[in-house]
Amino acid sequence: MKLTESKLIALARGFFIAAAVLALWLPVGHLLLPADSALHVSAFWLTLIGKFMCFAILALAMDLIWGFGGILSLGQGLFFALGGYAFGMYLMREIGLDGVYKSPLPDFMVFLDWKAYPWYWAFTEHFAYALALVVLVPGVIAFLFGYLAFRSRIKGVYFSIITQALTFAAMLAFFRNDMGFGGNNGFTDFKRILGFSITSGGMRVVLYSLSIAALVGCYFLCRKLIASRYGQVLTAVRDGESRLMFLGYRTLHFKLFAWTLAAVMSGIAGALYVPQVGIINPSEMSPAQSIEVAIWTAVGGRATLIGPILGAFTVNAAKSYFTVAFPQLWLFFLGAIFIGVTLFLPRGIAGLWQKLIERARANA
Amino acid sequence: MTQCLIRTLAGWITRFFLLMMLALTSAHAAPDLSPALRDLSGEDPDKRVEAVFSLSLSGHPAAAQIIEALGEDGLYVNASASEAYLTLKGQHLDLIRNQPVASIPAGIEPVMVNNALRAAIDLAKSAVALADAKPAARLLAAKQLQAAEDKVIAPVIEKSLQKETDADVKAALLIAQAALQLQFGEGAQRVAAAEMLAASDSGAIRQKLSELLRKNPDGSFVEQDAALRLAAERSLKTIQKRLDKFEIIANLFSGLSLGSILLLAALGLAITYGLMGVINMAHGEFLMIGAYVTYLTQSAFRAWFPEAFSFYVLAAIPAAFIVTALLGVVLERSVLRFLYGRPLETLLTTWGVSLLLMQTCRSIFGAQNVEVENPAWLSGGVALAGDIIIPWNRIVIVLFAIAVLAMVALLISKTRAGLYIRGVTQNRAMAACTGVATDRVDMLTFGFGSGIAGLAGVALSQIGNVGPDLGQQYIVDSFMVVVLGGVGQLSGTVIAALGLGAVSKMLEPLSGAVLAKIMVLIFIILFIQKRPQGLFAMKGRSAEA
Repeated sequence: MKLTESKLIALARGFFIAAAVLALWLPVGHLLLPADSALHVSAFWLTLIGKFMCFAILALAMDLIWGFGGILSLGQGLFFALGGYAFGMYLMREIGLDGVYKSPLPDFMVFLDWKAYPWYWAFTEHFAYALALVVLVPGVIAFLFGYLAFRSRIKGVYFSIITQALTFAAMLAFFRNDMGFGGNNGFTDFKRILGFSITSGGMRVVLYSLSIAALVGCYFLCRKLIASRYGQVLTAVRDGESRLMFLGYRTLHFKLFAWTLAAVMSGIAGALYVPQVGIINPSEMSPAQSIEVAIWTAVGGRATLIGPILGAFTVNAAKSYFTVAFPQLWLFFLGAIFIGVTLFLPRGIAGLWQKLIERARANA
Repeated sequence: MTQCLIRTLAGWITRFFLLMMLALTSAHAAPDLSPALRDLSGEDPDKRVEAVFSLSLSGHPAAAQIIEALGEDGLYVNASASEAYLTLKGQHLDLIRNQPVASIPAGIEPVMVNNALRAAIDLAKSAVALADAKPAARLLAAKQLQAAEDKVIAPVIEKSLQKETDADVKAALLIAQAALQLQFGEGAQRVAAAEMLAASDSGAIRQKLSELLRKNPDGSFVEQDAALRLAAERSLKTIQKRLDKFEIIANLFSGLSLGSILLLAALGLAITYGLMGVINMAHGEFLMIGAYVTYLTQSAFRAWFPEAFSFYVLAAIPAAFIVTALLGVVLERSVLRFLYGRPLETLLTTWGVSLLLMQTCRSIFGAQNVEVENPAWLSGGVALAGDIIIPWNRIVIVLFAIAVLAMVALLISKTRAGLYIRGVTQNRAMAACTGVATDRVDMLTFGFGSGIAGLAGVALSQIGNVGPDLGQQYIVDSFMVVVLGGVGQLSGTVIAALGLGAVSKMLEPLSGAVLAKIMVLIFIILFIQKRPQGLFAMKGRSAEA
């Protein structure tokens, strides 16, 4: 049987419909079906897929700056973790007196013999303020850093290395107990959000649904941006920044907007990630973690919007499988993906698909 | 096989010496040992301690052996001291009849040693060593006696002082004497002793002096003698002033040492980055491989050439260079050459390579660190004063870094290959037009840069842990050196490495190591604002594509 273009498109449509049905069925299967039913979805699967949704947002953010803007960030994990920490502060406050030491302070502060919250923890007990922090902290830091870096025209490999140094420095800082963010243990042992238990099925479904909503929202936002005049200029920055500058464009503004928006998206992803996995610690800021985000995007296909989402799911599903089944082999596999994708599949899964379609079209 | 032979030989030599000792014992009219032995086997703790000292002062030729055997629970005496044996290095000796025996007769128990007695034994050993023929051994003994807190040792020191001819040993003995006088002397003698102690660098002496300045909870001094307190305070200040100077030297040196390590780690990276515009993320793993090659060389020497073991590091230098250079060439030919013009992808690919290399190493050698031993000539150090020591391995690494730098500089500036490297770095297209085979230059340069990483790995194996994660510890730092130094000129890399090393070590005492590192990273991020191309950017008009 020959695959014609229309058949291929029908196949793709079928795949996405199936994925959507599956994504919507997960919460139903978790909440409504009894635990002994064959179709019941356990909490493990629900949070695992929820986690992947957060990673997909991160990959989408990476795609916006790297795929379309040509800016490879090796420090995107920093913004992800900052969003996570910002929301984590609220979660720590919600523990209340239920910690190990029964103190109004988090356990790690009691352990350090601190008597009061440091100033930067002020107001974090308010849910709305914490949400604002989730957006503002990564946004402001990215804006400042991006402004300084793009203004002095740091780009390419240089920029990548500097972002790596940035996240490395932040990781070292957060490892320190004196920072007031729990040192290398970070935040964990969360109990409640807005008074509701964080481990209840209802809360899990809410968090999961929010993750899907955020992913879909980010996807359509990016699509709108890329299709707009702004998106065209951003792509032009990637392909010929000097020419664009000679034409009179302030490329700084275009890059800075995409860079800051990507950081905010990453922060939101982090904030959704933390309550689902129940922990945030400085290892999320490690350079290795951040560079993995780039490979999700590359595997899926840069400069396509659906690609990075697929890439995030594929690579992380492989990771979840390998690290349990063949823990020794995972790094071999990951290393091979890094090399193989850049050498043989520069446009990723999405590129492969396009090639298939083109071939079918040529054969028709 | 060889080891077995050496052990047998050592056994014979020990036996020979024991016999010699026996011959000496019978030749001289030796002092009678039995009162001391009787006290030792008795119950009275004071008498037992005294017996140890009287043994050490007796001048008896077997005294040193008896004391040593006692310290190792190898002295056997019966209740009346009519029978006495010792066991030392597997040999048994009948002390009363002065002859070796096959075994200790049953029923005679070893003399029990408690902590008080053990302290006395250590002192007694030093006292015996004061009579040693070698000045170095006497110096060591004198230094140990400086910490003595028992006045029975005072006459030994006095007697040795009269005989001593070596100036260093004499000075050390004077301090030991002053330390005892400070503790057990009276009035003016103590004041003089406190003044005398200003010449010492040892931490224990400083402790003793500052003890004199301790206050009671009500604010009054524990020590009543105001003159003594004044002398102690003055001495402490003198010592501090002298040590401060050495402390600065030591700090400067550790900055230099860190700088030269960074230079070694970053030099190869700077060359490949300059040439190809690509930061090799697997560079750290080349360092690691260099260190593992050192480990393998060490194992090979241990197995096949144990007599030349101390030179294994020298053999590891070319081995590491060749292995990593070949790996570099393989990496360049098989992967990187397909990615020219796509620097960001190359970044990711080399990261993948680094993951593969790390995991391969883990599968072969295990996740644990392997043990790489400093050869004798690299261990120990130059003692500046007191506890301030500059280790030999760090000194040698500084020299090694200078040698590698000189080699690289010569190669780049004086040879044809260096000319090609410079040409391709400055303008690839133009170099190709004039007939330079840029492809070959790329391959060889990448191999060369990787080989330098291997050399750095040899150096790193001598100062830190060798494990699969070794590369990761240095990678961000060496990136920073390259970013700060700029590309195309070695001097940029050198200044950046030394500068970063010095600044980190200067900040460390003020803020702690981690905070210092963060501050340095932030400084670099800010510095790049001013000079985006690094310290020494190449001057030219080429606009980037």
